[in-house]
Amino acid sequence: MSAGPATVALPPAAPPAPRRQVLMGTALGCVAGTMLIGGMLAVWVLFRERVVDAGERFPLDYIIHEVATNVMLITLWALCLFAQWAVYAGNRGDRAHTALALGVTGIFALAYINAQAFVYAQMEVEIADEYYGALFYAMTGTMLAVVAIGLVYTVVAAFHSLSGRLRQTEVLSGLALYWYWTAAAYSAVWFVVYVTK
Amino acid sequence: MTTIDTHPDDSVAAASAGGATVPSFFTAAGDWATTTDHKKIGRLSTGFGMLVLLAAAIVALLLDVERLGDPGAFIDTGAQLQLIQMYRIGLVVGGIAPLALGLAVAVVPLQLGARQIAFPRVALTGFYAWLGGTALVMVSLGLNGGAGGGDADMVDLFLTGLGLAILGLCATAGSLGTTILTTRAPGMTMRRMPVFAWSSLIGAIATLLVLPVLFGVLVYLYVDHRLGSQANFMGVEGIGAWIGWAFTVPTVIVFAIPAVGFAAEQFSVAFKTRQPMRGVLFAGIALIGVTAYAGATQQFVHDVTFDTSGETFIRGAAPFVLFSGLPLLGVTVVLLLALVNAKDGARNNPSVRAPFVFGVLGLLLVGAGIAANFVEGITDLELVDPATNTATSFEEGATLLVVYGAALALLGGLVYWAPKLWGRLLADKQVLPLALLGALGTVLAGAPLIVAGFLDQIGGYPASQAEVDRIMTVADDADIWITLSLVGQGIMVLTLLAFAGLLLKPSDGREVDANPYGGQTVEWGTPSPAPDHNYDHVATVASAEPLFAARTADTADTDTAADTEGSAQ
Repeated sequence: MSAGPATVALPPAAPPAPRRQVLMGTALGCVAGTMLIGGMLAVWVLFRERVVDAGERFPLDYIIHEVATNVMLITLWALCLFAQWAVYAGNRGDRAHTALALGVTGIFALAYINAQAFVYAQMEVEIADEYYGALFYAMTGTMLAVVAIGLVYTVVAAFHSLSGRLRQTEVLSGLALYWYWTAAAYSAVWFVVYVTK
Repeated sequence: MTTIDTHPDDSVAAASAGGATVPSFFTAAGDWATTTDHKKIGRLSTGFGMLVLLAAAIVALLLDVERLGDPGAFIDTGAQLQLIQMYRIGLVVGGIAPLALGLAVAVVPLQLGARQIAFPRVALTGFYAWLGGTALVMVSLGLNGGAGGGDADMVDLFLTGLGLAILGLCATAGSLGTTILTTRAPGMTMRRMPVFAWSSLIGAIATLLVLPVLFGVLVYLYVDHRLGSQANFMGVEGIGAWIGWAFTVPTVIVFAIPAVGFAAEQFSVAFKTRQPMRGVLFAGIALIGVTAYAGATQQFVHDVTFDTSGETFIRGAAPFVLFSGLPLLGVTVVLLLALVNAKDGARNNPSVRAPFVFGVLGLLLVGAGIAANFVEGITDLELVDPATNTATSFEEGATLLVVYGAALALLGGLVYWAPKLWGRLLADKQVLPLALLGALGTVLAGAPLIVAGFLDQIGGYPASQAEVDRIMTVADDADIWITLSLVGQGIMVLTLLAFAGLLLKPSDGREVDANPYGGQTVEWGTPSPAPDHNYDHVATVASAEPLFAARTADTADTDTAADTEGSAQ
């Protein structure tokens, strides 16, 4: 029955290389997130095209507060700087700077959420509006969820890094990658939802 | 090692400590429910996936009986909309997806020489999310939910459950992909990884490319249906049109990719050869993965007109070749290399065992399904009406060939790796008939529907009761084909039941060889069953077929260095 020896002894390996699983897992998550946001924007553009082709304005009844949405964009890209600063400080074993960078990262994420709430309050979009409401809240709400996940990720990274594993910066690198991707994703959302409307 | 992994040494210690006592039922149940052992997570996923696939086949059988009788005589007309959705969702999200991902989760870390899967708790959470989501989908469908459902709350529950199941599958795919990219044994370059592991990587990435698009659509649908005006997505009757693409070809081909990889790997094992043109084979499998974009962009039909200007021709031909042609080219490459492999090894006293038969039959059937997907995309054949996007039963036939064909190959995978996962060897004389029976069932279930598609038998994922009525009405001269499909579904039910019975049958307690099939990859260097921690010592891999190389070194000392250091470096 057996086509070979019962067990075959292969030579033992050298110590395995660092695996960077968190960074790679985050990268795969970003790939999935790109398809999520890209797919939702594609649906948005489809509906916008239908409305515009019918000779109407998209959106018809709402004024978009571009200052707030522009600030949200700047906030996210600035946030990336602080996330990268956390990686840099972690690599140098600088606990105080790592904590400060992560703290500012978290505050900026909260600022984004606050600004989004401001946009909601100012625009007063009715979710049951004929064609715009559901689209607007689904799209921006998903982006809000993406930032909220990043905020949780920041807290986890802070616990990990500040609890004695400062120089293991893989989690911090993953966090920075996530925020870079979030900023890129919001750039697309900002352009489609708030600029081209 | 990350903060959220269980340290391998902990697993070793736990295994050692628990080995002396027999756990109670509750201890064992708790151990399974909270396990971080990838083999157990994979077994849970494949087990429940098979269960849902079996349920889907039974529902399909009942629907075919109803279709052949008077309307409403066997199944109440009002329940048919939900039953068809149970069948289609059960086939794909409930069946083949967890079966493929589950087998990969159970086996791939072993194949990579890894002691753990990456993010084991994410993989376990993914399984629970999929299980809970699938259960919610089935409950909501049972209570008048789903696309076109009459109960608004159940429609919302349906969308939530489907979203949850998709998140679970994505989590599992993410864990699997990270494992393959980061935990390979030292020396195992990407080109040296086993073919099944490579196909699992392609399948995992394709899953992560396709399912988030569906999730985004579900978010829109939920917000629109629950809180919005339902103007954009046409309310409950629009749901089917927006999500139906996920439960048919070409999207389902994504979940068949690991099955193709398993079948390709079996040729080297059966014919006792090294895989020829390994890079070309990997490229072929990757080409099948292009189908992910076809699913995500919903490119079903293509207007390719020769009688026009160059630009118009290119606009039609480019997506057709890209989305329908490349997957077909990929599976053709795999089949051709399998033939080359067989030719090379014809003098090696080939060992045709049950897993090989499962794999070959599965590969041929999946290939037939991909070819059918190619044909379906030709507009002139009118197999999909581009104006109404109404599919004929050709689409269902192609989907069945892919899904059941892949399931057959994956069952072969369970047979092949049963020594490592269960510590038992399934006798060829017991499982070989099931391979043949399953292939017969797949052909009978799928091929007649393809023929019926040419007779304008309506099929597809229904969005409303009106569409259900059209689907359930048998076209002229299509009775015989529907009857044959019914017989095929019945045979598949029997096959799945018999296979589950074999797996659940108590072991006879006999010890199993470490490598009963003559496998060439590193997992066959561990004892059977594989221990919790997989490997005491992580091996250095210096060849794409390390056990083949080691056996060669045992039988002849010549060229040992070349084998172990490998030319695929």
